[in-house]
Amino acid sequence: MSIEIRSAPHIKGPKSVEQIMRHVVWSLLPICAFYVYQYGLSAMASLVVVTGSCLLAERWFVKTGTQSGDISDYSAVITGLLLALSLPPGFPLWMGAVAGLVAIALGKALFGGIGFNVFNPALVGRAFAQAAFPQAIATYTPSFLPGRFHEMIPSSMALPLMQPADVAAWLKLKQLDALAGATPLAKWKFEGVLAGAEELITSLSGHMAVGPSPALILVCGAYLALRRYMDWRIPAAILGSAALTAWLLFAFDGTRYPNPFFMLFSGGLILGAVYMATDMATSPVTPRGMWVYGALIGILTVVIRYYSGLPEGVMYAILLGNAATPLIEKITQPTPFGKGASSLLGRQKKGASYPLHPGYISREDAGAVTPKKRFLPNKPKKQDREP
Amino acid sequence: MKLLSYFRGEAFQRGVHPPANKLTARQKIRRLPFPPKVVVPLSQHIGKAPHPIVKVGQEVVRGEPIARTDDWLSVPHHAPVTGVVEFIGLRPGARGPWVESIVIRAHPGATQQDLWGQPRDMASLSGADILQAVWDTGMVGLGGAAFPTHAKQTLPKQAHVQTLVVNGCECEPYLTCDHRVMIEQADDLVTGIRYAMRATGAVRAIVGIEDNKRDARDAVRAAIEKAGKVPEGEIHAELVPTKYPQGSEKMLIMALFGVEIPAGGLPVSLGMVVNNVGTLAALGRLLPAGRGLTERVVTVTGPGVARPGDYIVPLGTPLSFILDHAGAPNADARQIILGGPMMGQAAASLDVPITKGISGVLVMRADQVADGLARRTFPCIKCAECVESCPMGLNPSQLGMLAAKREYDLMGSRYHLGECFECGCCSYVCPSNIPLVQQFRVAKQILREKAMAAK
Repeated sequence: MSIEIRSAPHIKGPKSVEQIMRHVVWSLLPICAFYVYQYGLSAMASLVVVTGSCLLAERWFVKTGTQSGDISDYSAVITGLLLALSLPPGFPLWMGAVAGLVAIALGKALFGGIGFNVFNPALVGRAFAQAAFPQAIATYTPSFLPGRFHEMIPSSMALPLMQPADVAAWLKLKQLDALAGATPLAKWKFEGVLAGAEELITSLSGHMAVGPSPALILVCGAYLALRRYMDWRIPAAILGSAALTAWLLFAFDGTRYPNPFFMLFSGGLILGAVYMATDMATSPVTPRGMWVYGALIGILTVVIRYYSGLPEGVMYAILLGNAATPLIEKITQPTPFGKGASSLLGRQKKGASYPLHPGYISREDAGAVTPKKRFLPNKPKKQDREP
Repeated sequence: MKLLSYFRGEAFQRGVHPPANKLTARQKIRRLPFPPKVVVPLSQHIGKAPHPIVKVGQEVVRGEPIARTDDWLSVPHHAPVTGVVEFIGLRPGARGPWVESIVIRAHPGATQQDLWGQPRDMASLSGADILQAVWDTGMVGLGGAAFPTHAKQTLPKQAHVQTLVVNGCECEPYLTCDHRVMIEQADDLVTGIRYAMRATGAVRAIVGIEDNKRDARDAVRAAIEKAGKVPEGEIHAELVPTKYPQGSEKMLIMALFGVEIPAGGLPVSLGMVVNNVGTLAALGRLLPAGRGLTERVVTVTGPGVARPGDYIVPLGTPLSFILDHAGAPNADARQIILGGPMMGQAAASLDVPITKGISGVLVMRADQVADGLARRTFPCIKCAECVESCPMGLNPSQLGMLAAKREYDLMGSRYHLGECFECGCCSYVCPSNIPLVQQFRVAKQILREKAMAAK
């Protein structure tokens, strides 16, 4: 009989990397489905093409040995889906494919694959798209267009390296105001039009060009957090700090700044807070660090939105947060058991079953040393001294 | 997760909840037959090995001392069977290297009664006498650490101990020997607690029992009531939340008293001494009879065993003999773990004998071992599961990455590697399947060697 020798522990918990990633993909599926329902064929094509491009890139880099991991760990699927969700639905497909390729190549393979990346790959892809295709990425189309399941948004099918079709003209043809294509944030920033809260949350009424539904994202994120596939602290810290900052500014000048509710539910803040900032490899591992990281992203988002030329700031805020992660981890290491202030003072926690010392014990038993009585010598006071 | 811990009423944060798998919690303790041959390794505990006082060919009676020592951190051994000393020399040890052992061939016709012991009048013994008597029994911590009990109960000069904490947590999955001892030997346990209180000068004893063992708590409480008011002080039995590693003395004290033992300190600094229930129950039986430790309760369990149970096993019984009796079909058994699955050690061969510190023999089947092998190892994805589970509040993720880069000094100086007691929580939860504890063990060993070399 042959027996195996192995190091303890000999049992393993149920969680694995594949399982975590699979659950994140599952939780993204309802969001994607509703996104397709909102924007029709183009959104569907965008999701498929971007995810496919990410998977192909991942496969190639794994095969050539540039990075560790495997496409079977589902992490490239998450990158692809998140990237597609963060792009406009009518984003030209070839640009989406390039963005997906860049996301994996520069965001992930360059650093060595899963677990080693410094920045969230999906956001690296989006940042590239923002820099390379500024026109296309700012062109949103309204949701719930009639006939969205029969025809694609014309810009989607643009030929590579060609100017995409003019969406504004196409929208005019549909008897819709060209402005309907602007996102609520752009509208507020450039037109001073504030969207209502309920429209933002459900994104069901009207033809507003909001991205994926914030309410649905919150529900799916809550599922992940409850199953402990995602840390609840990061979204809580981001949304909390963004709301607080926005509320402070709103209270300071209600006419110049929008209400915090608009801040939370417009743009990609919810998607970023729930799915992008919580990317495990790029967020701190220390519980205190998660709060700091989240707070940093929340404040940066509001600051970028209010004071920069861009209408949207979530992406850059998260990338900056990613860059700060090693530093945050360094200063927020957990306090080991028995090294905290309470243990040094020997203070007892509330609700302990027993007092530290049984019943009555004399001072000597408790280890107390009675100080010897010491009489201070009668020092002459200063003014009494001889000059 | 602090919030969750709070609602569950858990005093220490973090830790894990592995499936308990206490297969043998309802079965009575049974006695295993005496093996034809026992192997008594000289070094069964922390500290120096004692030296043999018998010769090859000499007849020994069960309970007769066969090895003795003058070293404070060491204990004597007693013959586990009546028989003839067959061999003194190297025999396979649990860790792999062969160790100095005494082999005794049992007399097939002997009654195997312990005729050596001389009953003691316990009432007349002072605290120091009790400590000497404990030393003479050869008792070490039966919970697994195998630290000599008399040394643990001896206090530094300035120390004042008020509280004896009795550890009945048994937080390791599968193991039930302490659980059954608390139920079936509760009276011995209370007797042992009284002796320990006299030896240490404690005026209060508290038995901490995990709340998945309510029957054990009831049994101990009944025994305490039966003993009535004892002159030594008060004795309590208390439930603590079920969580791994609740049985670590720091965690148990945290659960009972809500204080953290300062890092690097011992329970004595808070006026406490911690002993295992199995140790004290054995002392309660052995001290009045004046006998030595010749047998212990071992949980033989696991998916690879046909008849799992808690068995009274003579020390030195080879594993192969135990497995034959418990029914471990050879073809299926692939891994044999001495101790529990979280901190236990894989046995290197089936000739390894049961020693004083082995609380369980866990047999894993081939298909389970294969499941473990099939899991891929990923790079750390920084999911923070290990940080959430480390009971000592360390950052195993960071430590693991440093260990991979062999930055051992940094691990020790900045990331508190020395606080790690290798409970295995981080490796258990790691979704990337990184052998964190193994890396830490290597790192600690290297740091120890460096410290030795620097001296």
